[in-house]
Formats: sequence, C-alpha cells, structure tokens
Amino acid sequence: MKVTILQFPGTNCEYDTQHAFKSLGANTEILWHKSEVVPKDTDLLVVAGGFSYGDYLRSGAIAKFSPVMQAVTKYAKSGGKVLGICNGFQVLTEAGLLPGALKRNESLHFLSKHHHLKVVNNDNIFLEKLHNGDIVNIPIAHHDGNYYIDEDGLKELYENNQILLKYCDEEGNDKNPNGSVDSIAGVCNKEKNVFGLMPHPERAMEKLLGSNDGIKMLQGFLQA
Amino acid sequence: MKVIVNVSLKAGVLDSQGKAVHHALESLHFNNVSNVRVGKQIIFNLDESDEKKAMADVTKMCEDLLANTVIEDYAIELIK
Repeated sequence: MKVTILQFPGTNCEYDTQHAFKSLGANTEILWHKSEVVPKDTDLLVVAGGFSYGDYLRSGAIAKFSPVMQAVTKYAKSGGKVLGICNGFQVLTEAGLLPGALKRNESLHFLSKHHHLKVVNNDNIFLEKLHNGDIVNIPIAHHDGNYYIDEDGLKELYENNQILLKYCDEEGNDKNPNGSVDSIAGVCNKEKNVFGLMPHPERAMEKLLGSNDGIKMLQGFLQA
Repeated sequence: MKVIVNVSLKAGVLDSQGKAVHHALESLHFNNVSNVRVGKQIIFNLDESDEKKAMADVTKMCEDLLANTVIEDYAIELIK
C-alpha cells in the first residue's frame, strides 16, 4: 500500500500525514508540487494541509495551477483515490475535483480545537470502518472552513450520499463552528474516489494527544 | 491599458466580513449604513490595445483564477 503526499510551498501537514500513514503500515512518499506525474504505484494520493502559497488570493487558488495538479486531475479522473485534508480540501474544490467552496469562517476567527463530527455516509472506502451516526473527535485548524454550496448542489450532495461528515457536539446534536452549510465538514465526489474534509484525522492518531479516532478513518484506505 | 477587477461574494452568499464592518461602522454612530460588502480589487497593466481582445482575456483570467465563481462575482473595468 503506497500513499503519496503532495507538498506545495506552504504545506505544513505533510510530515504529520506521513507519520500517521506510516504508523498504519503504509509506504509513503512526499511529492514536491513541481512533479508532472503521480508515482505509478500510488494507491492513495493525499493533498495535505497547510497554507499553500500563503493562501494568497484565496486558499488553494494558486496551488491548483501547480504542475502536479494536472497529473492529480488525470489520476482522479481515471479512478485513483484522492484525499484532501484542510488546505487539501480547499485545493480540490478550487481545482473542481470536489463540489462547493470554502469561505472565511463566519466568526472571522482562526479556529484550532478538537471538534466532534458525525458520520453521515459510510458507503465509501474512507468511512466504511465506521457506522452512520458514529461520533468521532477530530481536531480542526482553519480560517477558511465555511463550506458553501448552492441549493441545487446541496440537493445533489444529499441525493448521491456525498456528505461524509457533519460537525456536531458530543451527543451528536448539530453544532456548527464555522458557518458551513448544513454543518458539512467533509464531502466526496459523485464517483466516491475523491474525498475532502476540513478536520485533521492525521492529528488524531494517539489517545495521549487527545483522540485516536483518526485511525479508523485513515485505515479505510489501507485495505484495498 | 490599465485593468481593474473587482471581486466580491455573490449576492446570496453571506459576507461575514461585510457584517463585521457594518457593526463597527454602527458602533462609530454611522447609523445610515446598510448592505456592507467587503471585496477585493486586483489592478494591473495589460499590453493590449484591442478592447474586445482585452475584455476576453481578462474575463478568462477571472473565470480561471481571479474569482471563484462558485461564491464570487467579478466586475471588469478597462482604462485606456
């Protein structure tokens, strides 16, 4: 199992992500954005979190024109599995690989804390180790995590089971930290091979650090 | 020619920054303010004399990069 992790100037979660996948037994490679190809043996491509290109213009807006992104798009369109975490999610929406967009948090504050999430759809490789309704505790750390999609787009997300996770409280009641439409924390594409979420499962791998709920999420990718 | 592109959130999309600025203006006793929107302005020179061609170029720039048309509108101004 080979996990390739993208690195842009300003990415800062690539080594956490590498550590997380290594701890689950995966082979990993960090891929600099100048690469024009995705390594052939890649089973999962991760667009890691951080602040690619300093978030200039909009989060993820410049990264989408990096040389590697054409290869990523080709890889995704041919069925390759892609996971975007935080800034990676922003990059994937900017690149048009995932629907919607991420706006400035409604409070205008940068949020960095643990947050509970509810599993909405587990009929995909990412969350199949969890059950619908399960509640996980995963850190969030973002300024632009306010998910927006128009009404028609939202309807489509529901119809195709594309909503992965929603923000909630400990009991699973709706709790929205950033103003996201319907408290959406993560979505996938229609084909269910491209996934994006604002929370950081790679930072929830050890009980000692507050939660290990990220293990079950990332493990989903490692069984194929 | 000189190009000015104004990018702002679409009408139906909540503008939290605009709301915060509105509140701040109210606290300064400007009670006659409404509908505050915060946007960004991108200014550059374009080496192009054909206005039609310039408009087509800048429109493409906006669609591809300068605006995210999922949430933002853009307005283009060309100054000779």
